Amino acid sequence: MTIEAISFPHGSIDQVQGRALMLRGDDIDTDRIIPARFLKCVSFEALGDQVFEDDRLELGGSHPFDLKVHQGASILVVNDNFGCGSSREHAPQALMRWGIRALIGQSFAEIFYGNCLALGIPCATAALAQIDALQQAVAADPSQSWAFNLQSQQLTSAAGSWDLQIESGPREMLLSGRWDATSQLLAQDAALKRTMADLPYLNDFAGSLH
Amino acid sequence: MWDLHRVADLPGGSTQLFVGLHLIHEVTSPQAFAALQDKGLPVRCPERTVATVDHIVPTTSQKRPFADPLAEEMLSTLERNCANYGIVLCGLGSGRQGIVHVIAPELGLTQPGMTVACGDSHTSTHGAFGAIAFGIGTSQVRDVLASQSLAMNKLKVRRIWVDGQLGSGVHAKDLILHVIRSLGVKAGVGYAYEFAGPAIDVLSMEERMTLCNMAIEGGARCGYVNPDGVTFDYLQGRFHSPIGEAWHRAVAWWSSLASDPNAVFDDEVMFDAARIAPMVTWGITPGQGIAVDESVPTAASLEPSERPIAEEACRYMDLEPGMAIEGVPVDVCFIGSCTNGRLSDLKAAAAIAQGRHVAQGIKAFVVPGSEQVARAAEAEGLDGVFRKAGFEWREPGCSMCLAMNPDRLEGRQISASSSNRNFKGRQGSSRGRTLLMSPAMVAAAAITGQVTDVRKLISNVVTP
Ligand code: SF4
Repeated sequence: MTIEAISFPHGSIDQVQGRALMLRGDDIDTDRIIPARFLKCVSFEALGDQVFEDDRLELGGSHPFDLKVHQGASILVVNDNFGCGSSREHAPQALMRWGIRALIGQSFAEIFYGNCLALGIPCATAALAQIDALQQAVAADPSQSWAFNLQSQQLTSAAGSWDLQIESGPREMLLSGRWDATSQLLAQDAALKRTMADLPYLNDFAGSLH
Repeated sequence: MWDLHRVADLPGGSTQLFVGLHLIHEVTSPQAFAALQDKGLPVRCPERTVATVDHIVPTTSQKRPFADPLAEEMLSTLERNCANYGIVLCGLGSGRQGIVHVIAPELGLTQPGMTVACGDSHTSTHGAFGAIAFGIGTSQVRDVLASQSLAMNKLKVRRIWVDGQLGSGVHAKDLILHVIRSLGVKAGVGYAYEFAGPAIDVLSMEERMTLCNMAIEGGARCGYVNPDGVTFDYLQGRFHSPIGEAWHRAVAWWSSLASDPNAVFDDEVMFDAARIAPMVTWGITPGQGIAVDESVPTAASLEPSERPIAEEACRYMDLEPGMAIEGVPVDVCFIGSCTNGRLSDLKAAAAIAQGRHVAQGIKAFVVPGSEQVARAAEAEGLDGVFRKAGFEWREPGCSMCLAMNPDRLEGRQISASSSNRNFKGRQGSSRGRTLLMSPAMVAAAAITGQVTDVRKLISNVVTP
C-alpha cells in the first residue's frame, strides 16, 4: 500500500483531515500494534505494512486496516488505554506509516502518547459515550471526511460535530510546531558553537576521535 | 560540568546539553539514520561519533556474510550509514571492535569531564571516568546525530559511600549486586549514583566500570566515580588520549573536576565492603540477589510489597523459598558482556579455571568484550588456560548477554552468567533461567557444575 499521498507531519499542526476508521477494544498494547519480531529491523519503513500483523492474519482480511473502504484513512478512533505495554517507538511509527495522522480515544498509555507527540500525531480524548457515538457515525458512512481542528478541539463532518480534549501542553506544542525535538535543538546551533568553543577537551587538548 | 555543556534552557525546564562523545551500534542507530534521511539532515559532528558492532555478531565464525541474513543486514546498514555520513566504524577485524562500553574506554575515547551518550542503557559504564554518561532511545540518537545535543533534565545525586575493602574472592560485581539488593531496582530513578569511599579509591578502572555499568540495574541512569590517579594512569598512552603537553593540560583540567569532599548530596548511603560476600541472583530481577552462603528468601523474610514478584520468581526459576543457593546445578556458564568481559574479569576467571576442568555436561564459554581484550588475553595465554579447562574461547561481542546472536539458552536451561540482566527470557529462551554472578563465580560453577562459593576454590589455586 502506498502512503506517499500524505506526507509525514511537519511544522505547525492545526488541523487533521481525512477519512476515519475505528478499532474497538480496551488495552490494545504495542505488541499487538507491532509484534516484537519486527523490531529486528534496520528502518521503520516496512512497519506500515506490518502494523497489527498478527491481528490481521487472524481475521483473514476483515481487519479494519485491511478493508478496502479504509485504505487512505488518517484518523483512528479507539477505546481505553490504547498503546499500553512496551515503550517501542515502532508502534506509533507503524501507525504513522500506514497513514494515521491523529488518534481519538478514551485514553492513551503515557509513553505511547509521548512517542506520538514526538512524531507530530495528536492523541485526543473523549468520554466513552461520545466515542461510542463517533464510532457509530464512522461505521454508518466510512467514506465521509472528517476534520479535527486542534484550535477549537472539534471534530466535524457532515454527520455532526464532537468536542474532544487534548492536553494544553501538547496542543500548544503541535500548534506552534515545537513538537519536533530535533528542530528545537537545531535552532540553537549558534549557542552550540559557543558551548563547543569553551570546552577544554575540544580545544586545549583536543584530538579528533578519528 | 553540567553548566559547561549547557547549550540552552528549553521550554518545559529541560536543558539542551552538548554531547562530547556519541557512541552508536547496529541495533539502535538504523532508524535514527533513516529519520535523518527522511528530514534531509546531515550528521552535525561526525567527528564526535564513533560506531561499533556488538549486539548481533556471531562469536563462532565472524565470516561475512553472516549466516543470519537479518544480522548481516543490520551490520551492512551500519557500514553504509557510517560511510555515507563520515563516521568511524570500529568494524570486525579492525583490532578495535567490541562491545561499545568496552571499546570506548580502552581506546581512550571516554575521558573525564565529557558528556557521553549512546543508544544503550549501559552507557552508565562511562561514568567510571568522571564523565556524565547516559543511555538514550532511538529518537534521541537521531537528535544527537542531527544536533550533537540532547534535551535532558538534571539528575539528583545519591552518593554511595563504601568503607573498608573487598575480601579475597569478592569483586566489584558482588559489590554492585549487594548495593542493588539493598536499595532495590527502582531506588535510583531520577538519580545518578556516585560511588566513593576508601573501597572505591582502591578499585581498578575496570572494576569501577563494572560498578557504574550496573547502576542502571538499580534504576539510576548514570553511575559516577571521581577521576583520580587511577583514572589518569589508565588513560595514559591510550589510542585517543592526549599526548605530550596536551596530556598535562588534560590532567590538570580533569583533576579540577572531582567533586568537593564536602559537597552536599541529595542522598547518601553507606556500605562496608568487608561485609560483602560473593553474590548470586536467585530471581528475575537484578535486585533479587543473595550472598552465596544465604538461602532463597521466604515470604516471611520479605516486605509484603516484594512478595508477589518473589513468588513469581521462585515459580519461574524453579527454586524453593528457604533452599540454599549454593549447590543449585547449572547447565550453561557464560563469561563476558560489558559488565564483566574485560581483561581483569577474564584473569579472575582463568585463575579459578587453571589446572581444573569443567564438570561433565556443562557448556562453558568465554566471550572477550573486545578484540583488544581478546588479543591481550591471548598474549597472556588465558585462552589456553580456558581451552585446557574445557571452556570454549570465542570472538568478541555481546553474545548471550541478550542473545540477539546465535548464543542462547535452550528450553529450561539455567545459566551462571557474568552479565547484567536476569529478566525472564533475557538469554534467548522464553523459559530460560539466569543466575547473575561474578566471572570468578561463573568459573567456579563451571568447574563444579553447580553454584559454588568461589572462596572455597581459591586456597588451592595454582598460580601461573
Ligand atoms: S553486553 Fe549486554 S548489556 Fe552490554 S551492551 Fe551488549 S547487550 Fe547490552
